[in-house]
Amino acid sequence: MIVATGPVIPNFGQGSSCEVNNGWFCTDWVSQHWHDTLQPALIQHIELTVIAVGIGFVLAFALALVGFRYRLLDPPIGLFSDFLYTIPSLALFQLLIPITGISVTTVEIALVSYTLLVLYRNMIEGLRNVPAELVDVARGSGFTRAQTFMRVELPLALPAILAGLRIATVSTISIATVASFVIAKGLGSPIFVALEQDVFKTEIFMAGGMAVALALVADGLLVLLQRVLTPWARLVRAT
Amino acid sequence: MPGQAAELVFDEATKEYAGRAGAAVDHLSLTVPAGEICVLVGPSGGGKTTALRLVNRLISLTSGDIRIDGTSILEQDLVELRRGIGYVIQQVGLFPHMTVEANIGTVPRLYGRSKPWIHTRSQELLELVGLDSSYAARYPAQLSGGERQRVGLARALAADPPLMLMDEPFAAIDPIVRARLQDEFLRLQQEVRKTVVFVTHDIDEAIKVGDRIAILRPGGRLVQYDTPMTILEHPKDDFVAEFVGVDRALKALALHTLAELELGPPTDGPRVPRTATARDALALMIEKRVDALAVTDDEGKVVGSITREVLVP
Repeated sequence: MIVATGPVIPNFGQGSSCEVNNGWFCTDWVSQHWHDTLQPALIQHIELTVIAVGIGFVLAFALALVGFRYRLLDPPIGLFSDFLYTIPSLALFQLLIPITGISVTTVEIALVSYTLLVLYRNMIEGLRNVPAELVDVARGSGFTRAQTFMRVELPLALPAILAGLRIATVSTISIATVASFVIAKGLGSPIFVALEQDVFKTEIFMAGGMAVALALVADGLLVLLQRVLTPWARLVRAT
Repeated sequence: MPGQAAELVFDEATKEYAGRAGAAVDHLSLTVPAGEICVLVGPSGGGKTTALRLVNRLISLTSGDIRIDGTSILEQDLVELRRGIGYVIQQVGLFPHMTVEANIGTVPRLYGRSKPWIHTRSQELLELVGLDSSYAARYPAQLSGGERQRVGLARALAADPPLMLMDEPFAAIDPIVRARLQDEFLRLQQEVRKTVVFVTHDIDEAIKVGDRIAILRPGGRLVQYDTPMTILEHPKDDFVAEFVGVDRALKALALHTLAELELGPPTDGPRVPRTATARDALALMIEKRVDALAVTDDEGKVVGSITREVLVP
């Protein structure tokens, strides 16, 4: 039997026996380190995600405007976002570090890259699937091209766009845990530390569980947003 | 915003597509007087829909001209032109993300009308097309096919356009509802008196709704442009005669009510209201195996008679 000679935990204070023995889940550790470890990591994780998805959304939208308006440009843009998506995240971090250093920028560039594919594809699909006769009626009723886009095409593409946003958000929350390989930020950071400290179970479960919970909550909020923004969509699906 | 009805003139209007032999619409010339319904009818490939879409420039003319109240469509701002023309299509094309009220308010909103104005207008129009005011807040997905078509009509009328284009508006609706919608459309037209160009492939619909019928043959050539009666009684050629059908004599009977005919003195016999058509009266004679019917007025009082010789000389 191996007996620990000292506290094996990373963020130890006066370790309880559960902590010292690396028990499955030590509630006292969680309450002691909520404020100095878990809560900051959660907030950083939310920041990383919001910035990545926000920038990704704006970029993908700009690209979708181009790809929708000029059909010829859609395949190359789609292929480019496909390509970015296929690069393993750890490899992408390594590629970026010489350029942008060990920084939040490096992490965000990688995270944004991964959002583009699903956001762009869903935006384009949503816009393309707007029934031709609705565009015909809009044009025939005297909508300008911009009005047709803003009042007909974009609102009708919204369900698909929001579906893309949900997937992008949830996957970014997941991928952002890997950011701790570059910087000590986000929920990946306590997991990373716990792995280095003889696999401290409580911290891994807690930080990992929080990442899962965050993803579920974010997804739930986006579903609510979807219902508020597109109250008609469920009716259409029902018919 | 526009108002009243406008005269519509096709002047040698032609549409050819590059790389395709023959024209889609070939030197089409006809005048639709203000406030009349002109039905474009013909087999597929006759260029009916193309001719219609030339008017609001969803398709551009190759040559010739189209004038609305004397002004060429080519001289008008594209967006202004279209806002002044009501447009109804077969699939209705209601915007699924907008309520009925927002759909009806589509064009008024383009003119910068306020929300209260649009609300009042949509209430008026819902009443006009025979829908309850509670429909305003519904979404198109909550309506039946017939209801959607009514809302489509209300939307096209919202900005009080002098001209309406209707592209097979009732084609996708079951026959019973279609007949009712046709009746209501004609009642509505009595009130609003728009100039209407109405496309259909159904000659019976054309006869029923048209003040005048333009028969187009494949290649976009106008064969005959006349009142329904003239077309039924004097088809210009075999193509028209065949298109209107071997039962054109019966169809012609359906265009007259008994009130329009000269009645004989009151008699006994099976009764028929004078609002019935000559065709209905003939059908009743055949069914009852009689040669004369007693014609009644609105109160059911016998006011005259009609004989088989009068109907079928």
